[in-house]
Amino acid sequence: MSTAAQTTAAAVRPISRSVRLRRSPLGRVLTKVPFWLLILVIAVYALFPFYWALRSAITPDSQLFNTPVQYFPSHPTWAHFHDALSSSLFRRALLNSTIVAGSVTLLSLAIGSLSAYALGRFRFRGKSFVLYLMLSMTIFPQIAILGALYTMFSGFHIVGPIDFPKLYDTPWALVFSYMIFTLPFTIWVLTSFMRALPGDLEEAAYVDGATPLQVFWKVLLPLIAPGLVTTGLLAFISAWNEYLYAVSFLQSPSHYTVPVAIVSFTGSSGNAFQFPWGTVMAATIVVTLPLIVATLVLQRRILAGLTAGAVKG
Amino acid sequence: MSSVATPAPIPPRGRRTKLQRRQTRLGWLLLLPALAVVAFVAIYPLGKTVYQSFTNQEFLAGLTPTKWVGLHNYHALFHDTIFRDAIVLTLKFTAITVGFEFVLGLIIALVVNSSFKGRGLMRAVMLVPWAIPTVVAAKMWQWMLDDTYGVVNDLGTRIHFTLFGWHFHLLSHSHAWIADPSTQLASVSAVDIWKTTPFVALLLLAGLQVIPNDLYEAASVDGASKLQQFWRITLPLLRPAILVTLIFRTLDALRVFDVFSVFFGNRLGAQSMAVYDQGAIVQDGHVGYGAAVSVAIFLIISLFVVMYVTFVRVSEQ
Amino acid sequence: MKHRALLIVAGLVGAATLAVSLSVAAAGTSRPRTHATPAKSAAIVPPRVPNRAAIKAKYHGQKITFVGDSVGNGHVRDLALAKRFTKDTGIKVTVVPHPAASDQSYAQLARAFSSKSSSIDVAMIDVVWPGAFAPYLVNLKPKLAKQAKLHLASIVANDTIGGKLVAMPWFGDYGILYYRTDLLKKYGYTAPPKTWTQLFQMAKKIQDGEKKSNSNFAGFVFQGNAYEGLTCDALEWIASAGGGHYIDGGKVTIDNAKARTILDAFRTQIGKITPQGVTTYQEDQTEHAFDNGDAAFARNWPYQYGIGAGAGSKVAGKFGVTVLPHGAAGGSVGTVGGWQLAVSKFSKHKNAAIEFVRYMTSPGVEKFDAISNSNVPTIVSVAKNKAVVKTNPYLKPAIASVPRVTRPAKFLGTHYNEASKVIYQGVNQILTGTPASRVLPQIKSRLQQILNSK
Repeated sequence: MSTAAQTTAAAVRPISRSVRLRRSPLGRVLTKVPFWLLILVIAVYALFPFYWALRSAITPDSQLFNTPVQYFPSHPTWAHFHDALSSSLFRRALLNSTIVAGSVTLLSLAIGSLSAYALGRFRFRGKSFVLYLMLSMTIFPQIAILGALYTMFSGFHIVGPIDFPKLYDTPWALVFSYMIFTLPFTIWVLTSFMRALPGDLEEAAYVDGATPLQVFWKVLLPLIAPGLVTTGLLAFISAWNEYLYAVSFLQSPSHYTVPVAIVSFTGSSGNAFQFPWGTVMAATIVVTLPLIVATLVLQRRILAGLTAGAVKG
Repeated sequence: MSSVATPAPIPPRGRRTKLQRRQTRLGWLLLLPALAVVAFVAIYPLGKTVYQSFTNQEFLAGLTPTKWVGLHNYHALFHDTIFRDAIVLTLKFTAITVGFEFVLGLIIALVVNSSFKGRGLMRAVMLVPWAIPTVVAAKMWQWMLDDTYGVVNDLGTRIHFTLFGWHFHLLSHSHAWIADPSTQLASVSAVDIWKTTPFVALLLLAGLQVIPNDLYEAASVDGASKLQQFWRITLPLLRPAILVTLIFRTLDALRVFDVFSVFFGNRLGAQSMAVYDQGAIVQDGHVGYGAAVSVAIFLIISLFVVMYVTFVRVSEQ
Repeated sequence: MKHRALLIVAGLVGAATLAVSLSVAAAGTSRPRTHATPAKSAAIVPPRVPNRAAIKAKYHGQKITFVGDSVGNGHVRDLALAKRFTKDTGIKVTVVPHPAASDQSYAQLARAFSSKSSSIDVAMIDVVWPGAFAPYLVNLKPKLAKQAKLHLASIVANDTIGGKLVAMPWFGDYGILYYRTDLLKKYGYTAPPKTWTQLFQMAKKIQDGEKKSNSNFAGFVFQGNAYEGLTCDALEWIASAGGGHYIDGGKVTIDNAKARTILDAFRTQIGKITPQGVTTYQEDQTEHAFDNGDAAFARNWPYQYGIGAGAGSKVAGKFGVTVLPHGAAGGSVGTVGGWQLAVSKFSKHKNAAIEFVRYMTSPGVEKFDAISNSNVPTIVSVAKNKAVVKTNPYLKPAIASVPRVTRPAKFLGTHYNEASKVIYQGVNQILTGTPASRVLPQIKSRLQQILNSK
């Protein structure tokens, strides 16, 4: 609409009283107040439990169960962090989780980008079938195949001399099973990134005599780098946070991943019956702080990836 | 943005060029790893689960050999009142959480959509609950909701104000949110809503940001109120984002496990479908019966997907 | 470029966080641990292995794996004992802590046995598991029958399945009543309650009085969550009221009038003399409530004694222990808990493993366990030892001689976990408000189904 039409329209219709009030200096401040109040409420709502975990992690055990509840301890202590980090089991769990989540991410990105290359840049029949197969995998209920995976991982005979290895209680059981939810999503998002690139991009490279794999590696992959970062981060976080498969397929405490270790924490001293809340909260902070930092720094990437997968899909 | 790669339709078989055949071969070759993973990790286990549901396989078998029992497990499943309760509870949970998350998420998205200083930070803050492992968040909330030492009860009983001479307390006394059967669903929903509303808000926010501002300007010049603008412009254009958000959230809610497991364990009347299934397979060791439960859960979830797809197709006409 | 910068920033911040945390951990703290720690007497050392020369000659150099206590004090003790054993006999013992959760620990052993794995030689098994694992365990009678005679006959009987001694008792556990001596005096009571009705009355009076100054005070706390612990607690209520032991002589007996009465009595007390949340309490919450000074009575295992008497507890010196109350028509009982040691049939070094079990269940080691870790000994003479009783007052004859009741694992074999789930789910349902007359018949029919399917 042209500005001339706008100004004429404004001049013809009188400005309503409420609009005049709102535009006055006092009105401007007053309408901002509820808005910022709402922002504050949302921020508190999102962050309070995290603050609570932090305050509990620095509260000494003798005051943890004090009533009335203390919102900040009178004698803060680092003892819980010390306990959590000196617990070899917890450190082992951090290592296990890193290995599992890292492997899942790398595998998903590798397999996913190759598949996205095929699905996004090639033409062949059956392509949409594969795409829809991947989409349907995202609705797969993980619980439904828990029993089958359980027996699979105990090792079974495939054919002749080929045996499926006994993966139970190893990180590879998790790497394998986490692909169920990381791979389809990765393929879906990376395919949409691949599709968004100009159609004739590869032609120049083909003319120069490049093979398809060289085109993939040198031309396309760098261009979808933002997509790789996004899906990589999302895959890492979902693998890191997963609990159901981890608690079902792992049994030795030294193989636990972080979510299982935190829930079954008994601390380095104390009875099997005791649950050390302070130390658990400290462990929680240690575990979630890097994730939160990564989220803060990469929040735009995460958003782009989520919307590419969900909204455009 | 440059032109999107739109491959031309494939000519009929006889007229396919060598290049196209090469592309087809290469394409399938590139897809081979992904298809292998899917086959091993999803298709095969699903088939095995269906097969197991027709057997009496036990985990600590040893002494009783596994044999085919036909529909015996399904017959028992039909009469399983505990599983029925789990289904009903999960459906209630889904309705409550998806409803609240959608409404709250939409409000938050609308608020954050307006440009203001610190919007990026706000978006990041909203992602914090999502980054925390669900089971860890559940443990935190379990303590926050404790009837004696919990901060929710403490805050609630402390907040009081006097209005027109009447004294109002937010909470009259400490409540055992998790222990009390009448509030157990509310407590477990509260945790899920806390964790996922920001995520829903962000998805809706992305959809909101696609709507061009000119539409709103034109509408306000035409005299439309904010409410009318919301109904006539925002909602219809947000429809694709809303539909996608709703279906993903619904499916996630139907599969809920972590929060129920931490809060209630094996308590009767407080098990979700996934918790019950895991108990049957891993704790009781009934692999065959558990497989039947798994198939039932899979069918229920597929039913929702079918309903959703049908709804989308019908409403688009 | 922009993304690389972001990645580097994220990596640096993450690394910085980790570095700060680790330096904090390394710097340590000079403040003493303020968590309530058990009162330990002067550290005593693990005893030498009897007959070590002969054992060394025969089995020197063999390697065995011991799946022992979960991470914590128990694991530390296991490591100390294993070290001593290896030093004296040359048999290398690898100690693996079992998962803390009982059903995970069971699943771990079940998996190893059903796959005939030789990865476990000696396993620590719960008192309710011998029946389930009997087919996979070595008969210890030939070699350890003489030593078994030293232990409590009831537990040895529990560990004998079909004539085979499939496990050696290691430590025992039984439910006892903790009570606040100062509060009893304050409200004019001279002795702890003898019947449940008395307990309810005393708890109510004390609670009403204490609530004025402490709004969190409750009369009685126990394990009411839907888990194995509730099966133990409820067994004490029902058996002490003359209502049987869930399953007696192979028949399901839970649905009877006495059981109904006592369970309904408890149901009506929830929220009145107990916290409303007691139906989510496990041992940990019970101990917290009592040691924080927020309860007059508590039912728990003996482990709570050491913590309550130790540094950081608000009730040190102000509480005592006694046998649990009984119903109108019964006598006081305590549910048997505790652990046994068993040798896997698939072990490659059975004899070396048996020697390890012999050492761990010997009087010397049980005495060490009892004094250093407050573990309840299963050897009668050790339980009477003056030094042991001094650190563990619940071993006084008046309390330690309480009749012990066992959960019906014998009749259920591999189905025990499932049956226990039926029981604790039902009792939890009663506690949260459903009348026992509606729940008990359901428990009965489900238990009957499980028994029939065996």
